[in-house]
Amino acid sequence: MEPLDQELDEAELEMPTEPMLLNVGPAHPAMHGTVRCVMELSGEIIEHVDVQVGYLHRGFEKMCERGTWSQVFPYVDRCNYVSPMLNNVGFALACEKMLGVTVPERCQWYRMILGELARMSDHLTCDGAMAMELGAFTPFLWMIKAREMIWDLMEEETGARLTHSFGRVGGMASPPTEHLKENARAVVKHILSVIDECEKLLLGNRIFLDRLEGVGVISQADAISLGWTGPCLRATGIPYDVRKSSPYLKYGEVDFDVPVGSASDCFDRFMVRLAEMRQSARIVEQCCERMADSGPVNVSDPRIILPPKEEVYSTIEGTIQHFKIVMEGLKLPAGEVYSYSEGGNGELGFYLVSDGSGTPYRVRIRPPCFLITAGLERVITGAMMADVVPSFGSLNMIGGECDR
Amino acid sequence: MSKALIDLIKKNFASAVLETHALYGDETAVVEASAWKEVARFLRDNATASMDMLTDLTVVDFPEREPRFEIVAHFHSLTKGHRLRVKTRTGDSEGDDAEVDSLTDLWASANWLEREAFDMFGVVFRGHPDLRRILMYPEFEGHPLRKDYPADKIQPLIAYRDVPNIEKVAPFSVDEGMSFGRQTHSRSRHDTDDSQVN
Repeated sequence: MEPLDQELDEAELEMPTEPMLLNVGPAHPAMHGTVRCVMELSGEIIEHVDVQVGYLHRGFEKMCERGTWSQVFPYVDRCNYVSPMLNNVGFALACEKMLGVTVPERCQWYRMILGELARMSDHLTCDGAMAMELGAFTPFLWMIKAREMIWDLMEEETGARLTHSFGRVGGMASPPTEHLKENARAVVKHILSVIDECEKLLLGNRIFLDRLEGVGVISQADAISLGWTGPCLRATGIPYDVRKSSPYLKYGEVDFDVPVGSASDCFDRFMVRLAEMRQSARIVEQCCERMADSGPVNVSDPRIILPPKEEVYSTIEGTIQHFKIVMEGLKLPAGEVYSYSEGGNGELGFYLVSDGSGTPYRVRIRPPCFLITAGLERVITGAMMADVVPSFGSLNMIGGECDR
Repeated sequence: MSKALIDLIKKNFASAVLETHALYGDETAVVEASAWKEVARFLRDNATASMDMLTDLTVVDFPEREPRFEIVAHFHSLTKGHRLRVKTRTGDSEGDDAEVDSLTDLWASANWLEREAFDMFGVVFRGHPDLRRILMYPEFEGHPLRKDYPADKIQPLIAYRDVPNIEKVAPFSVDEGMSFGRQTHSRSRHDTDDSQVN
């Protein structure tokens, strides 16, 4: 019997080598909901990838130009919604830099306690989600349960679990509660035990290690050129941390280390975050020791801080002061400022332009995530399709911050 | 520290530096648009400056000025630990001809930052390898962060539905976007007293 392919040339018998175009996201479990990757695959190897963001763009920078400076706080809350307190404090610091005021010491310690707890919740989420995406569901549940304790504490302090809007220019919305130190110590103790347990569970697991080690590697030079900051940059071995290099609040007075990685792979990024939580725990403990139990939290400048309610209702000065701040808004002097602090994912910058009226002229939020996500293309090109999941997870892209 | 940087730029680009200031401790140099890339390259390669990181690049719109857009870059040197803000100005009052050289071959971070600046303000970066919208969708018209782009304007991708017997199906109309109480800057500047603000 004749062969069926006798009419074909030799060349046509070869396997087709056309690359396959694969679309992952924006609604894909591994893409956390808001990123789309259009990949060109050759077999399982990613040859080209186009990372598309913007699915969570809500026009915050435009909205900020329509309110008062204080009305920006709810927007920055919704940028990095896993650690909103860090954004609140970052924006407050930018405004205070422009006004030339420094908040009282007690407030600085208070901001640090809440900020470090927020950082822990950020890292718990990232490491937990990373483990879950690789099939380890138990550590995820444990870590999220621990994060819930942080959010309970935040609710106790601020009244809201997630979007606190608790920062104010020149202070905080309310003074610390009576049980803050007690609660913070209890939460930190629990988190440290959860981290230890999860570490034992994951780091002895061959599958987990094989999926992370040597995956998603980026060179130091590339990371710097891409503008990476935070845990992702530190995983490449560069000890850049805003809290150390240009200390704000009281970070210059507390004792903590900056953990760095060496291989700059997904495993290092995971480990840097774990180590940073332990450092945050140290900072919280030191802040609890040094924060005074009484004393002013807000600056005493009546042009910046709203008067107490009883004065608003009983004195003419209080009423006018309240009216001017609420109706005209806080007046920042004309000019521009760039202020930066260490957010959950790296250097969180605010570039503010004021024209001297009560309304912001331009609020530019420099999101660490945006630049880290820009590097995703470089991280996963040439890798296997399955490596996208741990690589993307370890970058901790937060849609709200990336897209604003 | 950064003061020395300003002097260094002044020395090497005497004719291109328009002004310098140090407001709130942030040293700033404003340079000619034509020298934008050269100044950036100098800051990266010069041993004293060695700005290895382009931290941020953004645009501020001043519709009443000519040139209209101010392009603001924040440089940071990880090795030296200093920072510098460099600005340039471009674009006519209509927002056209806003062009400046791209910094993508100097810093990889410029890629997305410039795409965002283009998307939001319509500033064109010459030599950018992939200048397309990043946060908005490709069909979007206009540049939302310009002061003359109305904040309550909506551009739905799906056409308004015309359903019989139903009074309203969202989105309702072009005029029914979100509206906030306070005026925008463009209104307060452009509209004179006698004109109607709707």
